[in-house]
Amino acid sequence: MNSMTNNVGHQLEVADAQAAPSFVVQRSTRSSIVGLLLMTIALTILLSAPAWAERATLRVIVEFTCYLALAQMWNLLAGYAGLVSVGQQAFVGLGGYLLFILATKFGLHPMAAVVMAGVVVGILAIPTALIVFRLAGAYFAIGTWVVAEAFRLGIAQSAALGGGSGQSLPVAVVKQLGPHREAIIYYAGVSLLVAAVLGSFLFLRSRQGLALTAVRDSVTAAGSLGVNTYRIKLMIYVATAAFTALIGALLFLQKLRISPDAAFSLQDWTAVVIFIVIIGGIGTLEGPIIGTLLYFALRGALAEYGTLYMILLGAVAVGMMLWAPKGIWGTVQEKLGWQLLPMRRRLIIH
Amino acid sequence: MLTIKNLSARYGDFQALFDISLELQQGETVAIIGSNGAGKSTFLRSLAGLIRNAPDAIVFNGAAVGDKPANQILSSGIALVPEGRRLFPSLSVEENLRIGAYRKRPGNWSLERIYELFPVLEKLRKRPGTALSGGQQQMVAIGRALMSNPQLLLCDEISLGLAPTTIKDIYAALPSIKADGTTVMLVEQDINQALAVSDRFYCFQEGRVSLTGKSGEVGMDQIKTAYFGV
Amino acid sequence: MDWINTVLQGVLLGGLYAMFAVGLSLIFGVMRLVNIAHGDFIVLASYLALVVVSHFGLSPLASLAVVVPIMFILGYVLQRVLLNRTLGNDILPPLLVTFGLSIILQNGLMQVFSADSQKLSQGELEVASVSMGSLSVGVMPLIVFCTAVVIIGGLQLLFYKSSIGRAFRGTSDDQHTAQLMGINNARIFGIAMALAMAVVSIAAVFLSIRTSFDPTVGPARLLYGFEAVIIGGLGSLWGTLAGGVILGVAQAVGAKIDPGWQILAGHLVFLAILVVRPRGLFPRSVD
Repeated sequence: MNSMTNNVGHQLEVADAQAAPSFVVQRSTRSSIVGLLLMTIALTILLSAPAWAERATLRVIVEFTCYLALAQMWNLLAGYAGLVSVGQQAFVGLGGYLLFILATKFGLHPMAAVVMAGVVVGILAIPTALIVFRLAGAYFAIGTWVVAEAFRLGIAQSAALGGGSGQSLPVAVVKQLGPHREAIIYYAGVSLLVAAVLGSFLFLRSRQGLALTAVRDSVTAAGSLGVNTYRIKLMIYVATAAFTALIGALLFLQKLRISPDAAFSLQDWTAVVIFIVIIGGIGTLEGPIIGTLLYFALRGALAEYGTLYMILLGAVAVGMMLWAPKGIWGTVQEKLGWQLLPMRRRLIIH
Repeated sequence: MLTIKNLSARYGDFQALFDISLELQQGETVAIIGSNGAGKSTFLRSLAGLIRNAPDAIVFNGAAVGDKPANQILSSGIALVPEGRRLFPSLSVEENLRIGAYRKRPGNWSLERIYELFPVLEKLRKRPGTALSGGQQQMVAIGRALMSNPQLLLCDEISLGLAPTTIKDIYAALPSIKADGTTVMLVEQDINQALAVSDRFYCFQEGRVSLTGKSGEVGMDQIKTAYFGV
Repeated sequence: MDWINTVLQGVLLGGLYAMFAVGLSLIFGVMRLVNIAHGDFIVLASYLALVVVSHFGLSPLASLAVVVPIMFILGYVLQRVLLNRTLGNDILPPLLVTFGLSIILQNGLMQVFSADSQKLSQGELEVASVSMGSLSVGVMPLIVFCTAVVIIGGLQLLFYKSSIGRAFRGTSDDQHTAQLMGINNARIFGIAMALAMAVVSIAAVFLSIRTSFDPTVGPARLLYGFEAVIIGGLGSLWGTLAGGVILGVAQAVGAKIDPGWQILAGHLVFLAILVVRPRGLFPRSVD
């Protein structure tokens, strides 16, 4: 018996045959090595930022990390699990409100409240999923929107939560973060981002991730191969909901003020995120990164144009969907075969 | 009436037809025979406009229609009875027939005449199209194609999955169809049936015409060779 | 007595919601497309009516004569130029393109008309009412409800008794075989969207007479229409009317309990029905 080791270190027994080809399953490519290098550099810069960057810059970076994390989550949901949700703002808003509730009414330390917000929303997401999973396709999308609206209206009715005008985070709670408040929030943001990207990356490389990609490509085929599509989709929905809530909590911790319209804003938390993912490249891990960078660059350049800017973003997204549906990175990947993160397994036969 | 020249067709990387050339005169009945995968259905679908081609790969009544879409091909006078019947499930039998007349050309076919041709359908007229037996569905499919008053009727495997007596009943309707002046091209896997009702035949083998001749004049051995390609 | 009045108001409001929903239902039935910008097209039509009313001095109801044909043509062009390209097996393109359209429309209208609230006035007809026994019913809501019934009845007739209706149903079943019948799919889809837009514009004018509007109210209308379709059951136009009525009643009752609860009550009833009867109350078996 011949035995050989493949790239990932597993031993394979290969029966002796007349001219058995030797093979290797490889994941990294030259471009992915470059990519990993770039990311390490970027991460180092990010981690060192509080030492040299201005307060305002730090805040923008936190916003960037949050948007990118949101984009990764939506990408996972829609690009991989095929669950196109236009209701993720529900979880952003819930995360934000839970932060306020847990920190003010239950006296939790703000950072603990952020984490707990994620946990609680994760639990809430289960019955939510059971309801909206009764719908499919575009109807599922609108159903998630209805859920978000129900939360928004419900909270706006609650005087205890500040009603329609919302509430501010009490000074006492803010003080709990100590003198290095900005730095703590900053590193929390960076951690969230790393967790989002790393988590997605590891998940998609795993067995479950492979199953998910199979589901994306063909639900029927995946089902016939024994993949429990319902359970995987439920898992992804709940996990992304919890993480989205974490992001929401952090976002509103930075803003120090929350209101139903801001918390559950479709435009801010869903429209922009969707556009980012579409333009960057849906169904790829690199796409959301490109998309978010582009969005922030555009936002800086077109800041004073308000609505014109959303029109432009929308038009570009529509155009992309029609003529370059794989987005910027997807098209690059298709034409050049690059990948920044070593994802795909390639069979190399010698 | 119909001239096919160098018609090719591919599905992605797979080429199904290689430079098919053949001719059809008005009033003829021509059979296309061949084993599974020989390209017969692909050929009919190309004629019907479901698969596009170069404009003069198909010349019908002097007009180059190879690149026209299916709905325009119907207007020019070619109607396809598709493989597998493909009736509309949301429509009743009568509505299936009526939709065949959506782009009606001048001619003699009407609901009454179809019911005369296939009397059993009149009793079933209100039933949903798909709640019928295979043979009845085939009758509806043929009637539906006739409702547009085509000059050329293409029949794709109308005997598929039907009992021998049913097949007989359906083919018994052919003379009435031809009496109207309709030219018929049919694809059949049953060689004997095909040769019995046709004037000429073409045998397809792996996407090419392997044999042609007058039905009844060509020997079975020769046909078998052309059919199987041995 | 008061509650009966409330329920009645809700029923009549349901007629309006049914009109929002019919367009959605039609398009989904014929081409499996859900237009997320549906509500924003309602708003667009409202602004169109506003322009016609201000420039030509017509009453809102009279402006229908101009608005409906324009929206009809707009729908046809939209479908043929843009939306036909998104149709296919993937659900993402139509969803995202129409979502993008929704954002563009909202911001575009904001750009042109500003965020100010607008309303169309039909004069005395707005507040006129008739007595039915001990109940007092608004004339306008009654007209709206009757129009909804007429529209749905008309569409039913069209779908089940006409040649183009057969074409709609056949194309929805099987696009390729429909082509074999001589049906031009692109054109049929265009006509379906044109019809939907025509209904949208009628609903829009009625809505603008009843209540004020601004560029951002589109999504709410989409949600009401969507809820009416789902409650009623996919594939049934009369079911959509029933769905609209149920939604209207839910909202009216909710508003009576507490004005702030109006819309939320509708959402909650929708979600409840979704849990208990996911296929809606009167679904058609063939989908």
